[in-house]
Amino acid sequence: MAPIVTVSNLVKTYGSGFQALKGVSLEIEEGEILALLGPNGAGKTTLISIICGIVNPSSGSVHVNGHDVVKDFRATRSIIGLVPQELTTDQFETVWNTVSFSRGLHGKKANPAHIEKVLRDLSLWDKKDNMLRELSGGMKRRVLIAKALSHEPRILFLDEPTAGVDVNLRKDMWKVVQTLREGGVTIILTTHYIEEAEEIADRVGVINGGEILLIEEKSALMKTLGRKQLRIELSEPILDAGLPRGLEPYGLVLEDAGARLVYDYDAASGRTGITTLLAAVAEAGLRIKDISTRQSTLEDIFVELVEKRA
Amino acid sequence: MSFGAGMNFQAVKAIYLFEMARTRRTLLQSVVSPVISTSLYFIVFGAAVGSRIQEIEGVSYGAFITPGLIMLTLLTQCIGNGSFGIYFPKFTGTIYEILSSPISMAEIVLGYVGAAATKGMMIGLIILATASLFVDLHIAHPFVMLVFFVLTAVTFSLFGFLIGIWAKDFEQLNLIPMLVIPPLVFLGGSFYSVSMLPPFWQAVSHANPVLYLISGFRWSFFEISEVNPVVSFVIILAFLGVLMGLLVWIFRTGYRLRN
Repeated sequence: MAPIVTVSNLVKTYGSGFQALKGVSLEIEEGEILALLGPNGAGKTTLISIICGIVNPSSGSVHVNGHDVVKDFRATRSIIGLVPQELTTDQFETVWNTVSFSRGLHGKKANPAHIEKVLRDLSLWDKKDNMLRELSGGMKRRVLIAKALSHEPRILFLDEPTAGVDVNLRKDMWKVVQTLREGGVTIILTTHYIEEAEEIADRVGVINGGEILLIEEKSALMKTLGRKQLRIELSEPILDAGLPRGLEPYGLVLEDAGARLVYDYDAASGRTGITTLLAAVAEAGLRIKDISTRQSTLEDIFVELVEKRA
Repeated sequence: MSFGAGMNFQAVKAIYLFEMARTRRTLLQSVVSPVISTSLYFIVFGAAVGSRIQEIEGVSYGAFITPGLIMLTLLTQCIGNGSFGIYFPKFTGTIYEILSSPISMAEIVLGYVGAAATKGMMIGLIILATASLFVDLHIAHPFVMLVFFVLTAVTFSLFGFLIGIWAKDFEQLNLIPMLVIPPLVFLGGSFYSVSMLPPFWQAVSHANPVLYLISGFRWSFFEISEVNPVVSFVIILAFLGVLMGLLVWIFRTGYRLRN
């Protein structure tokens, strides 16, 4: 199946000379949830802005559903919904009017039933006649999502959707995202909350300094890059003595003021070294209080990747 | 970017109605204040000054200044509405939505400039109605008057739109409407006939584009003018042409919108 979004060698240099994107290429499959991870200033928002038509690319191209985003902008923009990062709203408009306005901008005839459904799904129905300036930040965020869904898009961009958002809204939002996904909507979200990507994305792209560092299935990513840690809690901390000589070859890290030994191992390999390590610990005369293992998270992977490139 | 079959009428309508709704919310400021200020002009210029000037070229002074007053209001209103309409979303950031919608720049212009011109004309007509309370008005050529009226409204709303795109802050936004337009209107023969000036200042006045607007517009009322009304018409069209040229350049380069 052809990808719904194809980005080829995309470069963006702003008037100030700042190069926000340095030749980004990427394909997004229809119906998937793609999380773009990256620190602030990585180029996430610029990438989205070009796909959505807000910013002109310096070079390279973007195709959405087979159409060029610059030449065939009507075809591409009419199927895209965008929830921007900033809480930008017309303070003096009512919720109902601003959401209906968005639908009109996308060339769709008024459809009160659809707008009602969107507002109800986002728990905004009882606020529909309120002016936007009367709403809290979280409510405004919901309104921005409602605006993006007003014209029934096939592709939804969520730029940092959960920045400054409370738990309830986050839950509601992911519920909406799940429903959209079941309806076949492709969802691209940027975030620097890695747990979020880990929880809901099918694929994860890591972007930093205007370049895509990698883009992979989340599970594959976790498998290839995911390390495991064995954490051994000791009854008595190793204080000034340092590591017993017999434990030196294992590359252990001492944590918690010498009360914990941390051992990194590759779970995928046949020989993890755990058995010999535990024997060595016993031999060194250390008493074990507890043992646990921990799977590295996307966050660890991300930090590792970004640091490696820096 | 073409008009015709593929045009996004819904979007033009959405922008137009959105802008018109803004007028309704600010009715007092949008409509009542120009009516009050025009009434004041009539009292100060018409009653106080007019009692000493009597007539200009056979037209009573109060009637003579009416076309100029309507033009003054039309220009300031159209520029103000046209510039604010597009500047405000830039300022608040809601412009993202316009820019990411399947709508061409021509349609954006149609929505914003159409609404700005409509509002300007509504207020212009209210001023005309207010004026008729103070003075006895006859419009000799209603059709010509309408052509000048609509053309000026559209041209200056478009001028305002361009200012709104160019402006980076509120100071720049107000620079032209506050500092450039009033002197041009006042020195463009709104309240006097340029022929009353010494020859040197007459020559200077002919370099003022607004003189041609007011002169042509006044001709449609009283058949008296500083310059041939055809020249007035050509000057407005030329100005509109220059603005359209700028607009096309903005569309092509994404100037201050998509950069």
